[in-house]
Amino acid sequence: MKKIALNIDGKDAQAAEGDTILNAARENGIYIPTLCYHPRTKQAGKCRICVVEVKGLPDLQVSCSLQARDGMTVNTTSERIIETRKMIVELYLSSGRHNCISCEASGECELQDAAYHLGLEKSNFPVIPKDLPVDSSSPMIIKDMNKCIQCFRCVEGCNNVVVNEVLEMGFRGGDMTVVCDTNKPMGKSSCVICGECVQLCPTAALLEKKAAGKGRTWELKKVRTTCPYCGVGCQMHLHVKDNEIIKVTGVEDAAPNFGTLCIKGRFGYDFVHSPERLRSPLIKRDGEFVEASWEEALDFTAEKLLEIKKTHGTEAIVGIGCARTTNENNYIMMKFMRAAVGTNNVDHCART
Amino acid sequence: MQKILFKNIDVPDARSLDTYKSRGGYAALKKALSLPPEKLISMVEESGLRGRGGAGFPAGIKWKFLPKDRNRTIYLICNADEGEPGTFKDRHIMEFDPHLLIEGMTITAYAIGAHHGFIYIRGEYNWIAKLLMSAIIEAVTEGFVGYNILNSGFSFYIDVFRGAGSYVCGEETALMESIEGKAGRPRLKPPFPATFGLYGESTVIHNVSTLSCVPFIIEKGPEAFSKIGKPRSHGTKLFGISGHVNKPGLYEYPMGTPLRKLIYEAAGGVRGGKRLKAVIPGGLSSPILTADEIDVEMDFDSLLSIGSMLGSGGIIVMDEDTSIPMIAQKTAKFFAHESCGQCTPCREGTNMIKFLIDRIIAGKGGHTDLEQILRLCRYIKGSTICAFGAAAAMPLNAMIKKFRGEFEALVR
Repeated sequence: MKKIALNIDGKDAQAAEGDTILNAARENGIYIPTLCYHPRTKQAGKCRICVVEVKGLPDLQVSCSLQARDGMTVNTTSERIIETRKMIVELYLSSGRHNCISCEASGECELQDAAYHLGLEKSNFPVIPKDLPVDSSSPMIIKDMNKCIQCFRCVEGCNNVVVNEVLEMGFRGGDMTVVCDTNKPMGKSSCVICGECVQLCPTAALLEKKAAGKGRTWELKKVRTTCPYCGVGCQMHLHVKDNEIIKVTGVEDAAPNFGTLCIKGRFGYDFVHSPERLRSPLIKRDGEFVEASWEEALDFTAEKLLEIKKTHGTEAIVGIGCARTTNENNYIMMKFMRAAVGTNNVDHCART
Repeated sequence: MQKILFKNIDVPDARSLDTYKSRGGYAALKKALSLPPEKLISMVEESGLRGRGGAGFPAGIKWKFLPKDRNRTIYLICNADEGEPGTFKDRHIMEFDPHLLIEGMTITAYAIGAHHGFIYIRGEYNWIAKLLMSAIIEAVTEGFVGYNILNSGFSFYIDVFRGAGSYVCGEETALMESIEGKAGRPRLKPPFPATFGLYGESTVIHNVSTLSCVPFIIEKGPEAFSKIGKPRSHGTKLFGISGHVNKPGLYEYPMGTPLRKLIYEAAGGVRGGKRLKAVIPGGLSSPILTADEIDVEMDFDSLLSIGSMLGSGGIIVMDEDTSIPMIAQKTAKFFAHESCGQCTPCREGTNMIKFLIDRIIAGKGGHTDLEQILRLCRYIKGSTICAFGAAAAMPLNAMIKKFRGEFEALVR
């Protein structure tokens, strides 16, 4: 890729052609705060906190959207820039219910990070009271617009990443808020509860309902794993506290899902702790399922397969693969049926 | 005095095609179609015509920005949203001389190679939209618009599109979003409309008054236009004078006419013999002028040099009884209401300014509130997606700075 040279804060920097100023700065170790920018929803230019000055261009420029060009001179820390950033964060702190004390997002909130970065403990503007009803109609998601910072990330994610086209920014000016369909409660809308919006939300405006009150960010241990639901193999983080899964998020920078999960992967983890879950193989003896060891179970199965093969021939045996297991497992299943058992009767549960 | 936009204003029934033709209408179109498009572009460039919507961008340069590839689709949009408070110039052209606009659009379309044009008219101008549509039908019937115009082989169609009541839809990219059926929210720039406009195609967008100047330039030649007015501000302009004057109304004067002359000659002076207190010279978003500043000449550069702007030419005159804090309150309310809400400095900033001014007017404000408003004005300007932020910040900033005493008297 062609490289271009630019100057950021008096330092010579290199960037890939077509890259934004924000990325160029970050790759050269220069921090620019962002709120509405997310690598997956790309340029937004909404929050304006990433503003910089570019020599020769009027006004302030948003670094998340403006392409870096060869020979550009960029300033990211002038007084005007810092004051503009402070104004923006202070306005946010004054316009919603941004109280970190018992907020679920505390510790992973991008607004909190921005305020910390700018050294703002409180807003110098008066707080305009906001008391919007919290929408908890969805079985899995809490939508609290008092904490929304109108970054459009959820809207972008819903419309352009997962393409479910449920969320949109409704109304205008200070009334602007995230709406589902034609401003329906989330639980009554066409939302399929994939949770993409929750994952993209920089604050706690969109939140996993089941995780509420279960633990703070820093108490949770992140365990990386592969989703067991289907063969796609989505990468996810289990957020665990006291050996209990509190919530699940997609791994942002890993194939194949790059952060996106479906309703099952993100919210369907209750079975892990279910007392009804099988913990050992069962063999039916005298009409009753009885617990058995793996040795016993495998021997029993092999014996029965051999018996059927001997009396009825291999065509009497069918193997059904599992849609929720991996390609590798299904390959082994196929190999086993054809090579070990000796039949071509192999199929798949999703087709039967 | 040369009238360009108001040449037919006193003629009865000027809006009918027959009357318009009897006054020499569509002669410019005939002449234009006999010339190569490049010639028309250079004529408009030489005339020095600058956009009448507020920003004053040179029209000829806007046309030259278009990609040279003639196979590309090019749209022409007429911005008739006219939402700036104190502005009522375009409605008169469209209501009383619609063919002037239609002729201007058709010539412009031929010059830039557009085959489809839109008139984006504000929703409140419902009856004018109907008048425009019947005028377009008349023009189509006689072959001035539509397929194979005057047997020249050039075709151009015009649609009238009604807005739904949003000030920010007068911003060119928000307007395009609105035509596309989306919420009227300005786009990030770049890309600019010349390369990525309506439906992603190259687009030229002009104010009604700008397009209505085009027939004159083509018919009489660029020199006839550029000799009117002042250097860098050529031609005439419609000034809509409202407020505390004896004869509020719409007046066509050359660019560079002193504001004093407009108020005291055209509009007959301040009502009831009162003293003049302040003037907003170019629609609500232009910074306010004090009575001492009205000797300024009404052109782009002169107003800029004293920290205001020509804007739309909507002049609002206020007499000595006017409370500037009350004007500021109305202004803040308007901009907070009309902000599209997309970007933070504008959405939260205009809301905060309104909150603070309301508090001051209610007698509950402190000195810091004034400082915070000025702080907001300072940093909102230039940090927003579109010019709306600056349009909200500049007038409020000027009101507080120039009439600070009145605000101080209200705070504790």
